[in-house]
Amino acid sequence: MSSDVDFGRPMLVLRRRRIAVRLERRSVVVCAVLVLALAGLAVLALMTGSYSLGPGEVLSALTGRETGLMHDIVVEWRLPRVTAALVFGAALGVSGAVFQSMLRNPLADPGIIGFSQGAYTGALIVILVVNGSYGQLAGGALLGGMVTALAVYVLAYRRGVQGFRLIVVGIGVSAMLGSLNTWLILKADLDQAMAAATWGAGSLNGTSWDQVIIGGICVLVLLPAAGMLSRPMRQMELGDDAAAALGVRVPAARLGLVVVGVALTATVTAAAGPIAFISLVAPQIARRLARTAGITLAPAALVGALLCLAADYIAQHVAPTPLPVGIVTVVLGGGYLGWLLFTEARRRL
Amino acid sequence: MTTPTRLQVESATIGYDKRVISRDLSVAIPDESFTVIVGPNACGKSTLLRGLSRLLRPSAGQVVLDGADINSFRTKEVARRVGLLPQTSIAPDGITVADLVARGRYPYHGFMRQWTADDERAVRNAMDAAAVTGLSSRLVDELSGGQRQRVWVAMALAQHTDILLLDEPTTFLDITHQIELLELFTDLNQAGRTLVAVLHDLNHAARFGTHLIAMKDGRIVAEGTPEKIVTAELVEEVFGLRCLVVADPVAGTPHVVPLGRDRSR
Repeated sequence: MSSDVDFGRPMLVLRRRRIAVRLERRSVVVCAVLVLALAGLAVLALMTGSYSLGPGEVLSALTGRETGLMHDIVVEWRLPRVTAALVFGAALGVSGAVFQSMLRNPLADPGIIGFSQGAYTGALIVILVVNGSYGQLAGGALLGGMVTALAVYVLAYRRGVQGFRLIVVGIGVSAMLGSLNTWLILKADLDQAMAAATWGAGSLNGTSWDQVIIGGICVLVLLPAAGMLSRPMRQMELGDDAAAALGVRVPAARLGLVVVGVALTATVTAAAGPIAFISLVAPQIARRLARTAGITLAPAALVGALLCLAADYIAQHVAPTPLPVGIVTVVLGGGYLGWLLFTEARRRL
Repeated sequence: MTTPTRLQVESATIGYDKRVISRDLSVAIPDESFTVIVGPNACGKSTLLRGLSRLLRPSAGQVVLDGADINSFRTKEVARRVGLLPQTSIAPDGITVADLVARGRYPYHGFMRQWTADDERAVRNAMDAAAVTGLSSRLVDELSGGQRQRVWVAMALAQHTDILLLDEPTTFLDITHQIELLELFTDLNQAGRTLVAVLHDLNHAARFGTHLIAMKDGRIVAEGTPEKIVTAELVEEVFGLRCLVVADPVAGTPHVVPLGRDRSR
């Protein structure tokens, strides 16, 4: 069933007894194509490695028809890493989408309110002071990031939180923590500095099912929460006053969005370290693919997953020596940033 | 006075943080009127409108909607009764006219109920009323200022409220589009809607408004029909401007002609 109102774009309208939704056809098609691409790339990633497999072998291992070595390679060794890339990539994509919509800024992600620098400070303190294990490192990073984000939120609070003030306070606090981080690294000895750098690159190396399951549960709780907040989020793109007049409880919705956005990135950071730029790039690529008005979450999640999986594939198999996935995403992100500036500049001419 | 009213302010103190703009303010919006709030810059016009729309909560007193404190309603319930066209609104990049108008249906939506036959009808009627149906598939970014403002009006109409608040709706438009929009408001008012607008132009207020509220320094100086309250004395008191009030040669409503500095010619 189509719609009588001309939206300028083909719409799909679905009406059953308690359901009445309207979807842009292009978004639905783009999401379907992204899902297919993800499935294809996931199978490819499961096939590739020092021991190459065919697609048939991978599928039969996945459906439990293989035992022994084949099962171990696919399900125990490679699948956790592929799952981690998918789940964490989707989490980063949604996290960035939430922040970009909320701050009406295509360069926003939780890093903008200090999360990244704070997480790095937390990790550095664990490495330098406690000489901690990987688990403690993750905990320290999580704590550092959350405390910083909270501090920025509170410092920016004045009759509610406005986007612009959040950005300015976030930049200030990030800069201060950045210099603190530099000082901490200068004080560290070589081994500690190396450990910090390894963590700071963000890597899916040696991801086990334990990490994936804990992180995955967090993401699976947070994604529906983001979905619930997406309708008020889209109304808030019209401006705070317009959203409030249309029945959105703006302060509560904004707090919810900050919490969900930070928690999504925090989950990934705890499990894999800071994987940069996916949260920045995915929502913008998704928006250009689906040609939606404003930011939409589902395509951003799928593009995030695809980018993370692709970046990890490149890091593992294409690069001359295996790299942390974070290095590849930084290169991708740099390219994206250049492209964005280029096209924006050209549009203004 | 016993004019029926669904929306009124009862001895409210309204302001921002510790900066009080209006103290002990009481005013009623007559039902089915086209009420225009006038006054010099920073007299509390927009603050009053923000109070009426629940964007600002009075620190004392209350705003009463349909007999109950407006803050006792659920946010969505208020949004089904009182609409607002804010002074500044932002159209998301790449949004089409119909999509923007459809966002006005938010107060009626649920998680899985977002485009019912009612929604569709309301959006169509709102676009017809604001004369933007022909633009429905266009991108909002590509429209002229006058068209864009009519699209925002259509969005507020899709919200389907009996009361509609308009914060300086004509400020950034040229004279032709100002008049066009004010005539649209008159039509909406005559179709039974209560409108409350903040306008800068006193002559527009007197010509199109059915009820005026004149404010100065956060207080209400006078209220009533334009014919009753727009006098040379009131204009001098409220705006500090010496002027002559004549009858508008077209509509017969009061028309303010400033005397200015050089009155000898």
